[in-house]
Amino acid sequence: MQKTQSKIIYSVLAWSIAFLIFFPILWTVLTSFKTEAEAISSSPSLFMFDWTLVNYEDVLSRSPYFLHFTNSIIIAVGSSLIGLLIAIPAAWSMAFAQTDKTKHLLMWMLSTKMLPPVGVLIPIYLIFRDFGLLDTRLGLVIVMTLINLPIIVWMLFTYFKEIPKDILESARVDGASLGQEIVYVLMPIALPGIASTLLLNIILAWNEAFWTLILTAADSAPLTAFIASYSSPEGLFYAKLSAASAMAIAPILVMGWFSQKQLVRGLSFGAVK
Amino acid sequence: MGSITLKQVTKSFGDVNVIKPIDLSIRNGEFMVFVGPSGCGKSTLLRMISGLEDTTSGNIEIDGEDATELPPGKRGLAMVFQSYALYPHMSVENNIAFPLKRAKLPPEVIKQKVTDAATKLNLIDYLDRKPSQLSGGQRQRVAIGRAIVRQPSAFLFDEPLSNLDASLRVNMRLEISELHKSLNTTMVYVTHDQVEAMTMADRIAVFNKGVIEQVGSPIELYQQPVNKFVAGFIGSPKMNFIELNTANTSNVATIGARPEHIMVTEDSGLWQGKVGVVEHLGSESFLHITLADGTSLTVKVDGDTAIKYGDVVNLNVAEDKLFYFDAAGLNISDSVSSIAQVLGTSKQAVEG
Repeated sequence: MQKTQSKIIYSVLAWSIAFLIFFPILWTVLTSFKTEAEAISSSPSLFMFDWTLVNYEDVLSRSPYFLHFTNSIIIAVGSSLIGLLIAIPAAWSMAFAQTDKTKHLLMWMLSTKMLPPVGVLIPIYLIFRDFGLLDTRLGLVIVMTLINLPIIVWMLFTYFKEIPKDILESARVDGASLGQEIVYVLMPIALPGIASTLLLNIILAWNEAFWTLILTAADSAPLTAFIASYSSPEGLFYAKLSAASAMAIAPILVMGWFSQKQLVRGLSFGAVK
Repeated sequence: MGSITLKQVTKSFGDVNVIKPIDLSIRNGEFMVFVGPSGCGKSTLLRMISGLEDTTSGNIEIDGEDATELPPGKRGLAMVFQSYALYPHMSVENNIAFPLKRAKLPPEVIKQKVTDAATKLNLIDYLDRKPSQLSGGQRQRVAIGRAIVRQPSAFLFDEPLSNLDASLRVNMRLEISELHKSLNTTMVYVTHDQVEAMTMADRIAVFNKGVIEQVGSPIELYQQPVNKFVAGFIGSPKMNFIELNTANTSNVATIGARPEHIMVTEDSGLWQGKVGVVEHLGSESFLHITLADGTSLTVKVDGDTAIKYGDVVNLNVAEDKLFYFDAAGLNISDSVSSIAQVLGTSKQAVEG
C-alpha cells in the first residue's frame, strides 16, 4: 500500500518535471499552428484556436528549407564523424598508454570548453576570412569538429577506460597491429559508447547557433541560422519563427526519439556495472 | 623450438627497480614456473618476455635470436591471461581464429585448425557461443585454444587459474599439465600458489622483491632451499622457523623444520610445547603448538590423532631433516654436523 502510494507520487513528480522541460517545445509547436495575431495575443489559448498551416507554407515558400536542412546534416554528421576519427586514437592513447601527463592533457582539453567562444571570435573570423572559409560548409565542419573534439575525446576516454586492458594486450600478442587492435577489438567492444558519443555530438552540432550565425550567411547556413532569419529588422513573426523552429528541431527530435535507448545507455555507461 | 634466455634483464618504473638484473635460461620444452608473493616482479618479467612491457636494459633471446625490441605479435609466443581476455563480441570460433586471421592464413586452414583445437579442448559444441555464455572453465579453455592454434614456440600463462573455484582449479591444473605433455612446447607459468608450482613445474624460479632467489626442480627447492625465503615459500604448510637467541659456534641463527618432519614423541625431545588449535582434515591433522619462548610451530600428524587443545607434547625431528640458516637467512645446513653442535650452546634459549 505504502509502496504503491510512493510509486504514484514519484510518477506524478517525474511526469511533472518532464512536462516542465518539454513545455517550451510544445508551446513552440502549438504557436506554429496559430495565426500571427493569435501568436501574440495577450490571452493565449492552449488548444482552442484556429489551427492553420499557413506559417509552414510561408516559411517553405520564403526560404530554402531543404538547403538549410542539408547543410545542418552535413555539418552535424560530418563534424561528428571527423571528430570521432581524430578522437578514437587520442582516447585510445589516453586510456591505454597513460603517462603522468595524461591527466593534465585531458584537463587542458576540457578547459578549452570553459573559454567563452566569443573570446576567440575575432581571430577565428579573420582566419576564416583569409582562407576563404566564410560561409562554406567546410569551414563550419572544421569549426564544429574542433569545438566538440574535447567532449568526444572525454566521452570516449571514459568508455575506453572501462574496457579491460588485457583484451587489447591479448590482441597484440595474437599478432594484431595497432590499427587492427583498434578496429577489430576496441571499436566493436566500445560500440555502444561510440554510438552514443556520435549521437550526442550530432545533437550538439545541430543545435550550435553562435558560430553558425557568425560564420555563415546564406549558402552554408544550417537550420539554426535559418530560424534566426525570422527575427528580422522587419519585426518578430512569432508564428513563422515557431514554424521554422519546429521544422528545425523536428529531425533531431525524431532521431533522439529512436535512439533514446542508446543515448541513455551511453550516458549512464560505467555508472552502473 | 622454444628456448628463452634472459641476459641481465632489468625493469624500472621511474626510480623503482621492479626487476633487478636477472639471468635465466628456459630450456626448449620445459615447464617453467615463476612463483613468489604478489608484487615480486614475476608477472612483470612474464610481460617483458611477451613484449607487452618493454625492457629497461638487458636482452631477451627467443630461440637464440634477440627479441628484446620485437613487438609482442612477432615473438611467436602465445599468452593466456588471468582474466582470460577473450574478445567478448566474438563467438568462440572467432576468438580461436583471431590469431590465425591476423597471420592471414587461408580460411579453410583456419577452419581446420579451429576445429582441431576445439575438439582437443571439448569446445566443439560451443563454437557459436559468445564468451559471456560460457562457464569460467570453458572460458579458460577458449583462451588456451586461442593460444594453441598458433603453434607458438612457447606459451606464457599469467596466473591463469586464480579466477576459478578450487575444484575446477585442480582439474584445469591437470589439463594444462597434460597439454604440456602432449604438445611438448615450452611453457612459462606465473603463479603465487606454491602448490600449482610444485605440481606442474619441471623447474621453478622463486621470485622475491625483483630477484630470483633460486631456480630448480620442485624437489630440489623442497630439499635444498638456498635460503629462508625459499624454504618458507615452498612446502605447505610452510616450514617452521625457530630463532636462536644466543650466539653459537656454527653461526646458526634459525633452525627450520617442516611440519611433516616434526614427530610428537613420548620421551623428551628437542622441544616441548603446548597444543593450541588442532585442525582435522581427515587424512591428516595440523597441530598448532606454542613453545615456552612463544615460538609457534605447525606439526603434521595422523588424521586420527588423540592430541587435543591444551595438551603438552614433546617434539622431535630426525637429524637429517633439520635446516639451519645463518643471520643473513642463507641455508648453511651443509656446514652443520649435528643439532647438538648448535644446541650445545643455545639449548637453554630454545627450551626457555
